[in-house]
Amino acid sequence: MDTPKKRLRFVKTDNPPVWVKPLIPVLSLVVTFILTSGLIIWANANPLETYYYFLIAPLTTKVSALEILVKATPLMLTGVAVTFAFSAGYYNIGAEGQLYAGAIAAAGLGVVMKDVPAIITIPTILIAGFAAGLAWALIPALLKVKMAVDEVVTTLLLNSVMLYIVSALLNGPWRDPNSGWPQSPEIGVTAIFFKLVPRSRLNFGFIIGLIAIAVLWFVLTRTSFGLKMRAVGLGRPAARFAGINVGRTTLIAALVSGGIAGIAGVAEVCGIQYHLIEGISAGYGYTGIIIATLGSLNAIGVLLASLFFGLVDAGSQTVSRVLGVPVYLGEITQATMLLVALGMFLLQRYRLRRM
Amino acid sequence: MEIFLINLIGATLRVSTPILLAAIGETYTERAGILNLGIEGIMFIGAFSGFYVADQTGSLWVGLFAAIVIGILFGLLMGLMTVTLGVNQHVSGLGITMLCTGLSLFAFRLNYGGRSTPPYIPSFQQLAPFESIPWLNTITQQYLLTYITFLVIVPLAWWILYKTSFGLKIRSVGENPEAADAAGVNIFAIRYAACAIGGGLMAAGGAFLSLAQLGAFTHGIIAGRGWVAIAIVIFGNWNPVRAMWGALIFGGTYALQLRLQTMGLQLPIPYETFLALPYIVTIIALVIAGRNASYPAALLKPYRRE
Repeated sequence: MDTPKKRLRFVKTDNPPVWVKPLIPVLSLVVTFILTSGLIIWANANPLETYYYFLIAPLTTKVSALEILVKATPLMLTGVAVTFAFSAGYYNIGAEGQLYAGAIAAAGLGVVMKDVPAIITIPTILIAGFAAGLAWALIPALLKVKMAVDEVVTTLLLNSVMLYIVSALLNGPWRDPNSGWPQSPEIGVTAIFFKLVPRSRLNFGFIIGLIAIAVLWFVLTRTSFGLKMRAVGLGRPAARFAGINVGRTTLIAALVSGGIAGIAGVAEVCGIQYHLIEGISAGYGYTGIIIATLGSLNAIGVLLASLFFGLVDAGSQTVSRVLGVPVYLGEITQATMLLVALGMFLLQRYRLRRM
Repeated sequence: MEIFLINLIGATLRVSTPILLAAIGETYTERAGILNLGIEGIMFIGAFSGFYVADQTGSLWVGLFAAIVIGILFGLLMGLMTVTLGVNQHVSGLGITMLCTGLSLFAFRLNYGGRSTPPYIPSFQQLAPFESIPWLNTITQQYLLTYITFLVIVPLAWWILYKTSFGLKIRSVGENPEAADAAGVNIFAIRYAACAIGGGLMAAGGAFLSLAQLGAFTHGIIAGRGWVAIAIVIFGNWNPVRAMWGALIFGGTYALQLRLQTMGLQLPIPYETFLALPYIVTIIALVIAGRNASYPAALLKPYRRE
C-alpha cells in the first residue's frame, strides 16, 4: 500500500471537463449492454437483436411508445417520493409499502363512492391516497425523529407488514365474490382516471406524475423549505447550527415522501388496474430509489430516468414476448445500470492520473 | 402445553438458523464500516444457486458450497462499490439486492420455465442424536447446519471478532479508520475481507432455506428475512452472541405463528396477522434495544486518505 511506485490513481478534481457529464449516461448504457449480453446469449438470443427490441422497437409504434409513458408513471411518482426524503437525508426505503397504502385507500373509496360524480370522487381519492401513504410513513418517521431509530430498517420491515395487510384484505373481506380471486371489487366508473389517448392505457395518472415532478422542482429550487431540506441532507449538525429545525424538516420531508408514494398507488388502481391486486406494484417503490439516484436527486433527472426505465420495462416485455428472453432481464438491466452509473458518477469528481 | 412448548423450541431453532447466519454476516460487514443492504438479494441468490447446483449435481453439499462462493462474489461486488469506489452504501446495497433477485429469477425461468409448482429436491436429513428420549429428540432433531450455526459459527464469530488480531482490525477499521491506517492496517483489504465473509454467510443462510428447510426454491423464499437480519444486527449491538438472541426472538415469534396456524383455531383475526407478527416484534425489539445502539463510528463512510 505504501510503496511509492508510480501507478494510476484517482485524483480529486473540482472542475471536471464539460464533456464528462453527458458522457456518463451513454457510457453507462454501453457498459451495461456489455455486462448483460452474456445473459442474453445464455437465453439463446442475439444480444444486438435483443437490444433492438429492448430499446428501439418500443419507440417505433404509437401504441408501444404510449406504453412507455404508462410504465414511467408510477416510477415518476415513486422517484419524486424518494427524492423528497433522500434530499433531506432521510432514507425512506418504504415507498413500496406506502404505495400499497395509497392503493388500498383508492380501491376502498373507489367502490364506496360509486354513485358520487367524478369531480368529487377523484380529488377525494387523491387526498385519501396521499393521507394513507403519509400515515404509513408516519411510524418510522416519528421513530426516527423522536427516538433516533434507524429509518432504513423500519421502513424495510414495514414493507413486509404491508404486503400481509394487502393479502389479508384480498383473501378476506375484499375477495372478489364472483370469481373468488384475491382481488378487490372493481372501482366505480367515477373513480377511473380519464384516458389521455383513446384506446390506450395512458391516463390522467401521467399528468399527476408530471405535476409531481414540477412540484419537486419548485420546492427544491424555489422555496426556503427546499433549501432547508437540502441543508439537513448535507449534514445534520451543520444544519442545526444554522438554526434549522432538523427534526421538523426531516419529519415533513418523510411524510410528503410517503404521501407521494401513496399517490403512485392511487394512479395504479384508478388508472390501470381498477381494483387492488397483490402484484399491483412491480417493485416500483424500490425502483424509485434507483430513479432518484440516477436522477441525481433533481426533478429533471428524475423525469428522464423514469422515462428511460419506462422504456426498459416496456422493452423487457417485448423481448420476453418476441424472443423468449425472461422478462427479468429488465430488472437486471436496471440494477446493473444503477451500479455502473454510480461508479461512473465518480468520473465527475475524479480524474485518472499517473503519479 | 408441554408438548406445545417443546415443539416450539425445536421449530424456533430451525427457523432462526438462516436469519442468524445472515445476521452474523451483516455484523462482520457493518463492523468494518459497511452497511450491506444487498443482504436480502444475496440470501435470495444463495437460495437459488444452492438449489440449482444441488439439482444439477445431485449433491446438496456442492450446492451449499456454490451458494457460499456466489455470496462471496456479491459481497466483493459490494466491496468494490463501497470500498474502492466509495459510493452511497444504501443505494449500492439495494442495487445489489435488485441485481441478485433479477439474476436468480432470470436463471430460474430459463431452467425451470414458468411452472407454478416449484420443483422439489431431496433436502438435507435432520440429525437425531437423542432419538430414545422423545422430548429431547423434538428439540435436538435438527439439521447439521443448525448445529454448526449455533455451536460453531456463533462462538467462532465472537472469538474471531473479539479475541484475534484480525477481529481487532475489523473493529478498528469500522470504528476509527484513520487510527487503524496510522497503525499500519490495510483498510481496503480488511473491508474487502469483511464483505466477503458477510456475503458468504448471507448466501449460506439463503441456501439453508432452499436446501434444508424447503427442499425447493420459490419466489417468496426470503420474504424480507434479510431486512429482519439487519434489524437483528442493531438489536444485537454488533455482537454475534447477542445477535443470536435477537434471531431467537424473531424465530420464536415466527415458529409460534406457524404453530397457531396449524392448530386451526377459529380466530376472529386473519392469519396474516400472525405472519406479520414477527416483523412487528422485530420493530418493537429494535425500538427498545436500538435506543442504546452504538453504531460503528465509520459506518456508511468510505475511507480516503486526504
